[in-house]
Amino acid sequence: MPAITFIHPDGKSIRIETVGGESAMRAATRHGLDGILAECGGNAMCATCHVYVDEAWLVRLPAMADDEDALLDGTAAERLPNSRLSCQIDITPELDGLVLRMPERQV
Amino acid sequence: MTASGSVGSGVPHLDVDPFDMKFFADPYPTHELLREAGPVVYLDKWKVYGVARYAEVHAVLNDPATFCSSRGVGLSDFKKETPWRPPSLILEADPPAHTRTRAVLSKVLSPTVMKQVRDRFAAAAEERVDALIEKSSFDAITDLAEAYPLSIFPDALGLKPEGREHLIPYASVVFNAFGPPNRLRQEAIERSTPHQAYVAEQCQRENLAPGGFGACIHAQVDEGAITATEAPLLVRSLLSAGLDTTVNGIGAAVYCLARFPDQWQRLRNDLSLARGAFEEAVRFESPVQTFFRTTTREVELSGARIGEGEKVLMFLAAANRDPRRWDRPDSYDITRRTSGHVGFGSGIHMCVGQLVARLEGEVMLTALARRIAKIEITGEPKRRFNNTLRGLDSLPVTITPA
Ligand code: HEM
Ligand code: FES
Repeated sequence: MPAITFIHPDGKSIRIETVGGESAMRAATRHGLDGILAECGGNAMCATCHVYVDEAWLVRLPAMADDEDALLDGTAAERLPNSRLSCQIDITPELDGLVLRMPERQV
Repeated sequence: MTASGSVGSGVPHLDVDPFDMKFFADPYPTHELLREAGPVVYLDKWKVYGVARYAEVHAVLNDPATFCSSRGVGLSDFKKETPWRPPSLILEADPPAHTRTRAVLSKVLSPTVMKQVRDRFAAAAEERVDALIEKSSFDAITDLAEAYPLSIFPDALGLKPEGREHLIPYASVVFNAFGPPNRLRQEAIERSTPHQAYVAEQCQRENLAPGGFGACIHAQVDEGAITATEAPLLVRSLLSAGLDTTVNGIGAAVYCLARFPDQWQRLRNDLSLARGAFEEAVRFESPVQTFFRTTTREVELSGARIGEGEKVLMFLAAANRDPRRWDRPDSYDITRRTSGHVGFGSGIHMCVGQLVARLEGEVMLTALARRIAKIEITGEPKRRFNNTLRGLDSLPVTITPA
């Protein structure tokens, strides 16, 4: 199964094995990562699963939908060009090794 | 209340009435019975299917093509009965119609908009606590759970000062009307005429103050996103679903924190837990207990065959305490990872006002925990009975300032 890495704001990182094509958000919450709140449970409605995608990976992600784009304007931490919502990133085998940084805050 | 006799397709038939006063007084044993009877049950009393386990509730919520909303999210089937009011353009709609109206309300209640109203909502919460400290003994429902949302939400919508006393009674009609034709529903509808007249009037563009959520909805007409006849009905959705729900949400949180002093202490020690404390109260008490769907085709759900045109009752509250999904489901734990609870629903109809609700809950609990050392329940809490909403009618408390 593909594994992905989350990096905390303080630089600590954790590698997580994903299961069954789950979203990056689901992988993080299953492991109880505090940096991903995911208040809406992955329904693309809360913007509390914000991540910064490692530059090298950015172009390899599927394009974002309009609702994700609009939600990212309301994130608690600054929106950057590499901002995404982790609930909208499904971990396919091609994303094995993906690196995501968690922002300072989600609300 | 027995889980006797499996008929036909192997779905257990139960003679439980989940809209009965005795059930409302203590729903938990029946929730357990419903969950344990099977993944899908049949309720003979109202001739509907029921799902009470997390997995099935989540599955039904996330398959809107099979389990539709346009035939009503209450017991009444709009294909067979005339709805008591013109149907909601969002709650009681399916894609593609729903997709369009939903986009409008999502924009009006977006995270960006929440950033703009946050300071105002927080200041009003502080003012509420000033008033409560002054009183020291009060009713936590009227003076807190109702008074706070009433002090901000109608203004945020842009409503006129006159006539706001209709708001909570109107919402109570709406949520009773999702239930079966029992006394609660009949009496609510019989008394609804003046409330309906007030609401219809308030939804008109000229009656909504500039800059408010209501005016923002009407502005979408100019963008071509909705028509001028649709806009008032979308404003109506916020009037129906935006106030009484948060009253019961905040009421639930205060009731939990007053009952579980250890959790109150944890919150006082770390105010950043306020948002989680509110969210956990929404899971634990589930202010919105149930919604229905109607099947658009014959479908198999966890081994049960359900025909076309059947009503399916989703027990959100039971799913939120399903031990298959939650550790220690019956304890209120403000540090719990609540992501995935269905207190706000799930899928395309998941509460479009959830950010408003969380903001109100967070700032209110933060203000309370910063300034109050202790909340003591000083009298018997009284329950308020409604076919869909769960909450209290009164909760007498005395507080000790910090
Ligand atoms: C604690 C407070 C609240 C709770 C527990 C709650 C619960 C829910 C639930 C369970 C649904 C899903 C309905 C379904 O699947 O059929 C829903 C939908 C909805 N809620 Fe809330 N709600 C709350 C606050 C609010 C607020 C503050 C607003 C408005 C500002 C609001 C407006 C709506 C609307 C318009 C819908 C329909 C969405 C759609 O069908 O797409 N709610 N709510
Ligand atoms: S979990 Fe809510 S937007 Fe991703």
